[in-house]
Amino acid sequence: MRDLAIIGIGQIPVGEHWTSGLRTLAAEAIYLALEDAGIEQVDALYVGNAYGSSYSSQTQLGALIADHAGLANIEAFTVEAAEASGGAAIRTAYLAVASGAIETALVLGVEKSTDTLASARVEARSVSLDADYEAAHGATLTAMAAMLMRRYMHEYNLDLNAFEGFSINAHANGNRNQNAMFKNLIKPGRFASAPMISEPINLFDNAPDADGAAAIVITSLDRAVDMVPMPVRLTASAVATDTLALADRSDPLYLKASNISAHKAFAKAGVTKDAVDLFELHDAFTILTALTLEAITFANRGEGWKLAQPSVIGLNGSLPISTFGGLKARGNPGGATGVYQAVEACLQLRGQAGSNQVPNAKVALIQNLGGLGSTAVSHILQI
Amino acid sequence: MTSRKQVEVQYEQFTFSGTGEIYSFTTLQETPEGFDDQAPYTLALVKLDEGPMITAQLTDIDEPVAIGDRVEMVTRRLTSEGDRGMIVYGYKFRKTLSRSS
Repeated sequence: MRDLAIIGIGQIPVGEHWTSGLRTLAAEAIYLALEDAGIEQVDALYVGNAYGSSYSSQTQLGALIADHAGLANIEAFTVEAAEASGGAAIRTAYLAVASGAIETALVLGVEKSTDTLASARVEARSVSLDADYEAAHGATLTAMAAMLMRRYMHEYNLDLNAFEGFSINAHANGNRNQNAMFKNLIKPGRFASAPMISEPINLFDNAPDADGAAAIVITSLDRAVDMVPMPVRLTASAVATDTLALADRSDPLYLKASNISAHKAFAKAGVTKDAVDLFELHDAFTILTALTLEAITFANRGEGWKLAQPSVIGLNGSLPISTFGGLKARGNPGGATGVYQAVEACLQLRGQAGSNQVPNAKVALIQNLGGLGSTAVSHILQI
Repeated sequence: MTSRKQVEVQYEQFTFSGTGEIYSFTTLQETPEGFDDQAPYTLALVKLDEGPMITAQLTDIDEPVAIGDRVEMVTRRLTSEGDRGMIVYGYKFRKTLSRSS
């Protein structure tokens, strides 16, 4: 297997793009990534997309987008793993380029969600749940996450204020990110009183559905060093799965797939968790942040919430997370999320993160989850 | 000539008592299509007495619900496909009724 590097990145602002369709958003991100890499052609395009079939009544995004972006006739197809689709598309590119089967691959994450009405969108997103044993009973991803959160609060005797710091951090970082959907700050003390969506998950806890597109270009490290001044090494890639239905887990408060995929990635890259300078995690809900930090053993069981303070997760903290706002403030463009994480990690490692810069960032961990950790995709990026 | 290998998946029938306790629950304000007319409704993870956990709605709620409450299964309407469409029935849970002996 060859060593790999990311040589180009591109992203468009996450938000509500009322005047652009799916193919337009996709092409913009692709052009930005190709321009950044200084190339015009690639050998393959892997598209991370979760809900195109329902949101946009569109499948075969590979053919559609390759053609629309001027890359007609190349290898191109969609990779789907619900909200982990972006991460899974990076994994696909990793395998293709590392094996030598593909020389240079483009990974695009794209989601167009605002052409769908709210209740239809809730319905559309429920396809990632277990259709027979969850969605058929009126469950939503938010409701399932809410039940996890309530149990966690019950087990460890916590109130909502315990989770506040995660959203405050995300919005503080989103505030400085021109590509973030939410730039407003959350004032301390305001979190717990936000309107409920699915108790105990409220508006300040739940990451917003959004439109977005982000892209990266991956090639072999040997080629990369001659192509761009600052290739970012992609040193590990690992995917693990857990039960699709939450109820089928013997210990629902333990994200086993998150643990397995992160630790496989650490082993592959030859680094320990202590070497991680920043962690872009899947903060679709604050409970997922707490449980992820525990699963990867950054915190003991029941103590992930204790890391929700600036001295730990802030840009200058010991383990910065959601450094550009995360899903909560940058926004959650479904299948594009995992690719945004990669773009943001590259900006940090290249020292181009501006006012979001984590000082001296050398090792970044990114983890993209499908559902409540039914799929977990981890990558390690290094400079 | 090769013949296709026959694989038989063996399922064992098991009858649950239909009783258990609430592991966790939530009340949904944002609901998917097909469930709008029931909103807000309460969903629960129910730990069945035999061990497995199941996701289902709670019904017939007339007092606050809490983790650990005893519940029993009942058959109810889950959703229906409009005025003239099919009515989908399934299992829900309600708080175990106290029965006088």
